[in-house]
Amino acid sequence: MALPPPDPQFVLRGTGAAIHTLHFSCGSQEPAVPVLFSGSENGFIHVWNLKTHRVDTALDGHGRKSVYCVETMGGKDQLLSQGRDQRICLWDLAEGRTAVTDSVCTENVGFCRCSLLKVAQGRWLMAMAAKALEEVQVLELPSKTSVCTLKPEVGAKLGMPMCLKLWQPSCGSQPLLLAGYEDGSVVLWNMSMGKALSQLVCHQEPVMSLDFDSEKAKGISGSSEKVLSIWSLNEQQNLQVYKTHKLVNAGICDITIRPDKKILATGGWDHRIRIFGWKNLKPLAVLDYHTASVHAVSFSDHKIPSERLLAAGSKDHRISIWSIYTQT
Amino acid sequence: VCFIPGGLDCSISFISHVLGKVCVHGRQKEILSVLVPRLTDLTKSDCIWQRICWRLVECVPDRWMEAVVLGFVQRAPGADVLSRLLGNLVVKNKKAQFVVTQKMLLLQYGHTTAVLQNLLGYLALDSLRRALLIKVLKELLETWGSSSAVKHSPPEQQQYISKAILICLSHLKEPEIESCRQELLTSMMEGVKCHLDSNLPQIRRLGMIVAESISSKINTDGPVLKFQYEEDDEARELKSLLVQTPPFCVVPGPRDDDRNDKTDAALPGELESNKKSHPAAPVKPEEESDAELDSDDDLIPYDMSEDKELKTKAPVYIRDCIEVLTGSEDVDKWEATVKALESLVRKNPAATREVSVELAKIVLHLEEKTCIEGFVELRQRAQVAILTTDPIPVAKYLTSQFYSLNYSLRQRVDILDVLVLAAQELSYPKSHGKTKHSDAQKPCIQLLPGSDSSKDWRTIVDERIKNKTRRFAMGQSQVERASGPNEFNSVAGHFFFPLIQHFDRPLTTFDLLGEDHFVLGRLVHTLAILMYLAVNTMGVTAMGKALLEFVWALRFHTDSYVRQGLLSCISSVLLSVPAECLLEDVTEELLEAQSWLGDVVEKDPDGDCRRLALQNLLLMENLKKKLQTVPS
Repeated sequence: MALPPPDPQFVLRGTGAAIHTLHFSCGSQEPAVPVLFSGSENGFIHVWNLKTHRVDTALDGHGRKSVYCVETMGGKDQLLSQGRDQRICLWDLAEGRTAVTDSVCTENVGFCRCSLLKVAQGRWLMAMAAKALEEVQVLELPSKTSVCTLKPEVGAKLGMPMCLKLWQPSCGSQPLLLAGYEDGSVVLWNMSMGKALSQLVCHQEPVMSLDFDSEKAKGISGSSEKVLSIWSLNEQQNLQVYKTHKLVNAGICDITIRPDKKILATGGWDHRIRIFGWKNLKPLAVLDYHTASVHAVSFSDHKIPSERLLAAGSKDHRISIWSIYTQT
Repeated sequence: VCFIPGGLDCSISFISHVLGKVCVHGRQKEILSVLVPRLTDLTKSDCIWQRICWRLVECVPDRWMEAVVLGFVQRAPGADVLSRLLGNLVVKNKKAQFVVTQKMLLLQYGHTTAVLQNLLGYLALDSLRRALLIKVLKELLETWGSSSAVKHSPPEQQQYISKAILICLSHLKEPEIESCRQELLTSMMEGVKCHLDSNLPQIRRLGMIVAESISSKINTDGPVLKFQYEEDDEARELKSLLVQTPPFCVVPGPRDDDRNDKTDAALPGELESNKKSHPAAPVKPEEESDAELDSDDDLIPYDMSEDKELKTKAPVYIRDCIEVLTGSEDVDKWEATVKALESLVRKNPAATREVSVELAKIVLHLEEKTCIEGFVELRQRAQVAILTTDPIPVAKYLTSQFYSLNYSLRQRVDILDVLVLAAQELSYPKSHGKTKHSDAQKPCIQLLPGSDSSKDWRTIVDERIKNKTRRFAMGQSQVERASGPNEFNSVAGHFFFPLIQHFDRPLTTFDLLGEDHFVLGRLVHTLAILMYLAVNTMGVTAMGKALLEFVWALRFHTDSYVRQGLLSCISSVLLSVPAECLLEDVTEELLEAQSWLGDVVEKDPDGDCRRLALQNLLLMENLKKKLQTVPS
């Protein structure tokens, strides 16, 4: 007899607007408090204290335009946020400050979340959708120098880039970029040469979100249709479809694989969070708490496995925090 | 009393007498506890002893037969033993037969399952006795299926009979089942009904188990009956009776007790099976270690049965529908409401009547907000539903709106279509309470079929009217329809007269006689259909008269579609109004119409009009002839 799915451990209320992005920062030692960053449609970034379940700080840096991406850059004192005001802001949050130290003007009116990858101490690569429709630009932070601009070839008709993922192959070579586009294809880019290594049509509808496991060279993408597509990267750096999984209801907003690569979570338009085993995409649980579509799902980076959490932010203004499959 | 082997010619009847007397005095236990095991051994392989045993029981006088047979059946360790001991006694001896087939099964119910097994197994073992087995089964089923038995007999007895039935079933072979399949089925159906009617859950369950068993026996391929009931020990025990354990192969050996033999036979079987499972066991862990340790297997899935397709719920109340349709921003809900509206209206006539006009208004003005498949039809069906639920006020509203300002042509034509469809629904006798509107067809307005024989005027006219009707419901051709009161009767006038009233009064945006002759044509056809559907209503003569006047006023219209409509109006009048009334009340109009028809036949440029006019004239002729032949 299967158990009924668990209830959320707790629910964070108070954003007052739909939540578009979530990011945990719980890796630091005691007495530092584990925090969760959330970006909302009203332009605020809330810093949630996971001990008191209350907002510690609210950051207003995007002119009340929706914030759709937040990432930390090495610890919770440095934050990067991306908003619909066409800006990517870098924040300094140490010692209670709430200042925007730097910003990048993207000139992009889309919704594509940027992707951040640490390449060395104090140096990051950031991939973001650029001004031109189909282009992706990669910048180095904090210097803000452009590393490359990735343009699909003429006539490729990929549409806007919808989601990006920078990753470092385990063999230590140059970082690569995976981009999901509006036409449903996922492209693997080589940034040093600025050209596409492989392209795979995964979906009939735009790719809404993707995540990649660099150890197993396997990735998963979700779209506005009912199918999740799992694809792998072979030795020749070619993408091929590994498996597809049909969902009950169409529409996935966000997919994320847990850092220990055991499970993954998807947040969908049908208000449900689905948990799958990453190895075989075995459906494990359907968490039905929210009353509107789930826009963001994120796993925490707790050092102690039993404390790990899953957060889901939804259009119904709530963030649900779940403790699920923490014992493995 | 001990038996001395040897002495072949001894008469056994004395011993039978003794046996019988002892048994009837109630000492079955003592004597048979010694006798039966001895006889069992003796008869095991020795035919002579078997014959002796049979003679023994056969010679028991009838008055003591019951006691003896009862005792034997109870004491015998198995059906095969019983068979050896009694032989074909039941076939030969009437009393024994009665005891075995009737008394023990139907009149008594205190015996254990083992005894039942013995008895029925005994009957099954010999071909001569099998006929009895089937007879027994039929009688048992009759009892099982009789409603008075189910109601009045104690549950224990019912359980006993059920067990007996199950055991009989287990003994039956294919050809036997074939021969009495029909009877089994009939009894099962009757019986299961009585059992399910009972208030006692135990009886219900008994009925279900037996019915399932019978069904599984008679339908070896194909779907079997399956009930849902609580599986507990009793149910399992009953079901286990269906399967006959194969008779133990008795190892021939020294005169051990049968029991020991059986256990010995069982043990080697067990050991064998154990041996088989052992080699299997070590293989399995090897396989597991070979396969990759799948970490996914550690993760136990949660219950995901609630994960279903997300459907927006349509409102359940009419007033909620009104709210959603008038104000709601929620598009999904709006869509769901539009789809569910017709059925809601039909299911809640009282609630609809309260708000009928308001609802009709909303639906008439309903514009397509999102892309729904078949929106136009959904809207039309909803309107028809509302109109048929509350005909008079809604008809009043719709007909008044037909002549109002600021409606599009589409809306006015919609009103006409809705009136026709509703009239059709109301005037047709209801089949099973609801007329079925099957999958919609969208026929374009078909032109007249090529009519060959002008003598076939009735069918032609009928067909013509059918073609002119924009059908959205494809009714199946039914030969017999249940009759009911004509609901169109009371409302026909409300549909008809308001439409005919204002046709010559132009409005700023709507001029029937001017530019909007398309609508005029549709109006005329609608009137023709309404007239046709008004057959057998009270106001049909008045309607006919008014219609003919209307036709007269428009007879020179330039549009041939309108003229065809007018001609079909005349046909409708001629068909719907009873001939006598026509002659009495409508004579002048008829004569005028006749003269016009003559004109049309000769001079009308449109071929269809000419044909229609000709048919109308023929109709009139036939009517006249019919009236003349009837003695007034």
